[in-house]
Amino acid sequence: MTEATTTAAPVEKHELETRFPDAVKAEARPGYTGFLVETSKLTEVATALRDEMGYDYLSSVTAVDYYSDAPNAENFIEVVYHFYKSTGGGALEIKVQTPRENSTVPSLTPLYPGADFQEREAYDLYGVNFEGHPDQRRILMWEGFAGYPMRKDWKEAYFEEEVKPFKNRWPEGQVYRIEDRNPFNKNNKYPQGFDPVGFKETDDPKLYEVLERAAREYSEDIDTEQVVVNLGPQHPSTHGVFRMAVRLDGETIVALKPVMGYLHRNHEKIGERNTWTMNMPFTDRLDYLSSMSNNFGYALAVEKLMGDKAAPPERAEYLRVIMAELTRISNHLWAVGFLLNDLGAFFTPSLYAIQERELILDIFEATTGSRMMCNYFRFGGVARDLPEGIYGKIKDLVFERLPRKIDELDIYLSENELVRSRSEGVGVITPEEAIAFSTAGPVLRASGVPYDIRRADPYSIYDRFKFEVTVRQHGDVYDRYMIRLDEMRQSLDILKQAITDLPGGAAGGEVMNGKNPYQVRVPAGESYGRVEGPKGELGYYIVSNGKGNPARYHVRAPSFINLTVLEKMCVGQKVADVVVNLGSIDIVLGEVDR
Amino acid sequence: MYGLGILKGMWVTLTHFIDSYVEDIKWLGRNRYFSKEGIQHRRSKDTKGIFTVQYPEEKLPVPEEFRFVPFLIYDVDADGNKQDRCTSCGICAKVCPPQCIWIVRTEDPVTKRPVPEPVDFFIDVDICMNCGYCAEYCPFDAIKMDHDYEMASFDRHAEHIFNKEKLSKPAGYYAGIRPTNFNREETLKAEEAAKKAAAAAAKAAAAAAKPADAAAGNPPATPAQ
Repeated sequence: MTEATTTAAPVEKHELETRFPDAVKAEARPGYTGFLVETSKLTEVATALRDEMGYDYLSSVTAVDYYSDAPNAENFIEVVYHFYKSTGGGALEIKVQTPRENSTVPSLTPLYPGADFQEREAYDLYGVNFEGHPDQRRILMWEGFAGYPMRKDWKEAYFEEEVKPFKNRWPEGQVYRIEDRNPFNKNNKYPQGFDPVGFKETDDPKLYEVLERAAREYSEDIDTEQVVVNLGPQHPSTHGVFRMAVRLDGETIVALKPVMGYLHRNHEKIGERNTWTMNMPFTDRLDYLSSMSNNFGYALAVEKLMGDKAAPPERAEYLRVIMAELTRISNHLWAVGFLLNDLGAFFTPSLYAIQERELILDIFEATTGSRMMCNYFRFGGVARDLPEGIYGKIKDLVFERLPRKIDELDIYLSENELVRSRSEGVGVITPEEAIAFSTAGPVLRASGVPYDIRRADPYSIYDRFKFEVTVRQHGDVYDRYMIRLDEMRQSLDILKQAITDLPGGAAGGEVMNGKNPYQVRVPAGESYGRVEGPKGELGYYIVSNGKGNPARYHVRAPSFINLTVLEKMCVGQKVADVVVNLGSIDIVLGEVDR
Repeated sequence: MYGLGILKGMWVTLTHFIDSYVEDIKWLGRNRYFSKEGIQHRRSKDTKGIFTVQYPEEKLPVPEEFRFVPFLIYDVDADGNKQDRCTSCGICAKVCPPQCIWIVRTEDPVTKRPVPEPVDFFIDVDICMNCGYCAEYCPFDAIKMDHDYEMASFDRHAEHIFNKEKLSKPAGYYAGIRPTNFNREETLKAEEAAKKAAAAAAKAAAAAAKPADAAAGNPPATPAQ
């Protein structure tokens, strides 16, 4: 929200503009912030940003297609970067523009290795060629996929309509199922000249080639043969459909590449077809273990664009914080329980964690109507007030039961020899690496970087609460487990304050700013709303062209970006540690694939 | 000391194990299982021991706000005729994120103007994501989210596109599953009706007074809000 005010302030040239007078221009489009950078100078500017101005954390990289089928209209693809300082503060947003044909942008992976997957995603979905990227392959689609699905002129087979609501629903009302129009085997598009008989697979050879390249640097005294093993995609420890191709020397990991994209949810494509309001329940489905936090980020992003008319009332702000923190606790309970599952402890620890989570879900169910797909936030407030009796229930849980149960988990697990010997010193990430790889949330803080968006760049009313940003110093799996316990305790602290201060208390009050319209108009512009989700920085980059549907809807998914560091964690370790390392990142595949 | 951590862990498990028997003894004479009270206790902050609910023999009671696929409400008038609350305004279909609602609008056969009553109303419950938007934004309280979550069937193609007949449920059913919401809406409606009646009365009074005012040369009175 501070960015919006800086644009209105008298023009004072930013350091970046004075340093690169030819290459950097301040954004002039209404509703936009940040700087436009000359494509050829991007690396230079980014180097200066990182080394001299302290913007060492590249949070998000994404592309936007500015496409118009009107003649003589300007068509280009824009790559958007969000930089932050790991010491805190607001964003520095830079953009480069490239023509839609043969779009080429220099890769920032040598400077910020965390851009790896995000650039691959932009290449995959928008066809932007990142020059200098070490491993530019498709990431969510398969290699033979025709076209770049997120481009505006890409139409899927059986394309219905550009934006919702679809006409055949209303007022014509013709009922049919999409599969009736979708005869078997014909709902796919193939590349031009595709011959199913002579088809040769391209994905896996490319993948193995990359693995081999990565393994070349590895040398052992004993002459052994390396083998490639695929872990997943249908394996209980891969937390869904996720595959890791590893190259092994004996039992030691030499190289590892995650392979994802089995879900094909088209979250962002659907998001651009939906109206603004319709996206809210879709955000629930991103990370189904923490749907309230997902709602939160999206609501913030849209409210930022809508301005004061969507400022939530006091009680709604408190309810949002209460729900988000309860979500964090339930998510961490799940993560801690399942980390033990990954260690081979099977289900007993998970069950004790799940029991507490169920009690939190009971609260969600009574308040929002659903245990996991809450769909609770609205632009300008929350959907409904706490029903009768729930205030007391939250109070009981937060003040009595949860602290006791978190202590129990602590007693049960933290000093356990098996847990310690399997997780201490495993998957170590140094603070420098954690920042460079754009990791977020518990992974970042377990490496000793005290970066928490609730403190570093406060949103909502988090600046009113007293809590600590917990840090652990070793950056191993054990610390990533411990940091989750610490965070749950901090969340309880926040909850205790929020419940006590909740305006209106158990009696209720105003939770919506004005009416709750079924269709909102969002002024033209762009915004990036981010929250500290349980898994890390969850950001929504949205572009509005003033119409009823978003022009661009991008999710900066913490699960996805935290996976960039997985290879770094695993190389040199044993194959059994891969599973624990993956478990300690705490991913949800819905968010990885989108 | 090596092994202490394991013993501690085992101790936690052991206390859980013992607790389940202690709880059973505490509940002697009362039903901890297969009773409302017992289920309520097993999901309260004081629960210890076994917390599993033996579905389908035992069912968790759903809270009032719980939402599962939508249904349409009709009122029954004094003569026993069903009257749909739905006016086929289409807001539910317009706001539905997965677009699972289809409404077939009635047309007046002579004037070709729409009649505020749907010919048919379809919801594909396989696509429905239970977000509750249709119920939230319906201006006539005609569509609400149900509590009946058991709808498995053998043939989804035959049975999972609900039509108007299958979707329609009486207002009494709604009042049964969501009493507070129902009462709130009814009071709001009553208030609005009272307001309308008052406004109409004021208007009638103003209309009656107008000729008199005009005759007396007075400026016209501001109409009542």
